[in-house]
Amino acid sequence: MAAELPRPSSAGRTRARHLTGLAARYLLLTVLAIIVIFPLYITIVNSLLTPGQIAARPPKFFPLHPQWDTYSRAWDVGHMSRYLVNSAIVTAFITVGQVVTATLAAYAFAFLEFPFKRTLFVVFLATLMVPFEVTIITNLTTVTSLGWYDSYQGLAVPFLATGFGAFLLRQAFLQVPRDLQDAAELDGYGHWRFMLRVAVPLARPAMAALSVFAFLGAWNQYLWPLLVTKDDRYRTVQIGLKQLRATSIDQVNVTFAGVMIAALPLVILLLFFQKQLVRGLTAGAVKG
Amino acid sequence: MGRVVLDHVTKKFDEVVAVDDLSLEIEDREFLVLLGPSGCGKSTALRVIAGLEDPTSGTVTIGDRVVNDVEPKDRDIAMVFQSYALYPHMSVRKNIEFPLRTRHVEPADRQIAVNEAAVALGLVGLLNRKPAQLSGGQRQRVALARAIVRRPAVFLMDEPLSNLDAQLRIQTRAELIELQRNLQTTVVYVTHDQVEAMTMGHRIAIMNDGVLQQVGPPQSVYERPANLFVARFIGNPPMNTMEGRVVDREGVRAVEFEGGCLPLDPAHAAAAEASGAKSLVVGVRPEHLAFSDDGALHAVITVVESLGHERHLICRLTDGQMIIVRQGSDVPRPAEGTAVRLAADPMHLHVFDAVTERRIDPR
Repeated sequence: MAAELPRPSSAGRTRARHLTGLAARYLLLTVLAIIVIFPLYITIVNSLLTPGQIAARPPKFFPLHPQWDTYSRAWDVGHMSRYLVNSAIVTAFITVGQVVTATLAAYAFAFLEFPFKRTLFVVFLATLMVPFEVTIITNLTTVTSLGWYDSYQGLAVPFLATGFGAFLLRQAFLQVPRDLQDAAELDGYGHWRFMLRVAVPLARPAMAALSVFAFLGAWNQYLWPLLVTKDDRYRTVQIGLKQLRATSIDQVNVTFAGVMIAALPLVILLLFFQKQLVRGLTAGAVKG
Repeated sequence: MGRVVLDHVTKKFDEVVAVDDLSLEIEDREFLVLLGPSGCGKSTALRVIAGLEDPTSGTVTIGDRVVNDVEPKDRDIAMVFQSYALYPHMSVRKNIEFPLRTRHVEPADRQIAVNEAAVALGLVGLLNRKPAQLSGGQRQRVALARAIVRRPAVFLMDEPLSNLDAQLRIQTRAELIELQRNLQTTVVYVTHDQVEAMTMGHRIAIMNDGVLQQVGPPQSVYERPANLFVARFIGNPPMNTMEGRVVDREGVRAVEFEGGCLPLDPAHAAAAEASGAKSLVVGVRPEHLAFSDDGALHAVITVVESLGHERHLICRLTDGQMIIVRQGSDVPRPAEGTAVRLAADPMHLHVFDAVTERRIDPR
């Protein structure tokens, strides 16, 4: 007869349950991460394969002889430098514009008293419900009538202010204690100085998050730049990719390399601002 | 000159009257405490003096000028907030010199002023830290340093000690008194803590429902509360109050109430009768009640609270009303449930009109 096994203690059982839970959680996260990263990985792999290898079945998941020259070809054939510069200009314009307008609007909603404040704020929020596609015709007519077709203004101005930005920063400003405003007022700070020296520095995480969102949105724009530009001198990198695909139809690896070049600034941005992005998204969610 | 005068100041927020016709003179170099329960209007009154709120009516004078239309920064005041209101993104040094920067004081002079304030408040080693790296007491000192660095004519303090723990509060209380003495400046100090009011103020001004109830030196307010609210608010444990009417007891005038009766001295009785008050409230402080074999109050001790240096005996009168007796710890501790007779010296009774709640003084 087999000897009776000692029964696991209560603490041991709790620990085992904890470890199982942890393992399950990590497994789930790993699967989700693979799902998210896989398309990016395949893009990188395909950019380093020959068109024949890409078309081969079964597909290749690792480039044994990477074709690094696809990147230089994409850069030259696709005129990537020009498109990247255009995208950078438009994105910078939009990002700065959104942060500035959102700061001013949010400050007004958080710290100033004026008639119909609540109603106006609801109107601001309501704009979040309106998809861009609804306003696209009106915006196109406006931009064209202003003579901004094929121009940086045409690309950027319609996106210089967003209800989302005002909302995000208003929430951050509302966290600034009222006493700080009173103290600053006693020390002779008016609204401008209080905003710039106290409120804005304290709302830095939210502003960084807004900057990242604005950057992502502006950089990834496709439909609007396609509609308001015909001249290559003003076209942005996303349109450039479409053209690259059209010109190198038999060189799909070059298109993949172009995609990677276009995505690189975003990857770098996310690496640097990941923390702010998460903090901005969760701001106010938990009492800190 | 740090004299502050509030003349018939009223402050309304829509229909809510926060401060109602407040008239108060605060002398130069005086430490005046505005005392009252939450929502009594004391902080609003302070904010009106600071200029953070505009009075609905009335005038505020600081020094020799009416400041109703003067910006807060030009009123020659400094304020210390309950939350300290330190700028979290600035170092201690930057926080302290902030008011000087906004006044365009030269950097060298700023440096001197900050160092002096840091020495005065024991902050020398902390100047490069951020507020989040300081304890509550240290933050409180930084807030004080930021106020004194301006050398204002008037300090306004809004419950500056309420976020400190009990021990630190006692220490800081004493330090604030010394600071005011050294700086020889006017302080208007808001608190709901009567111990702070009693220990710190040259005078205390008690407010309730936006109305000033009484102003005077702490001891005199304690000894002669102007009305029932002040009588019950000042003192810990609070004054015992019983509602009754004047009767004749074997030739002695006394106030009779449901749970017993307390004899009055003849002058007090005469004043009470002359006042025409139909009903009276008689008050007696816990320390003025004592056991006495012929005491007029019959009570049962229900709880004995021992505080080390003294005891509070919670007793019930025959009608169930609670009455508190303060007793020194040098006498034997009475047992709970003991029936006792209590007496009060008629000279230490306080008599109020039950309707108007005003004090009736002997003539």
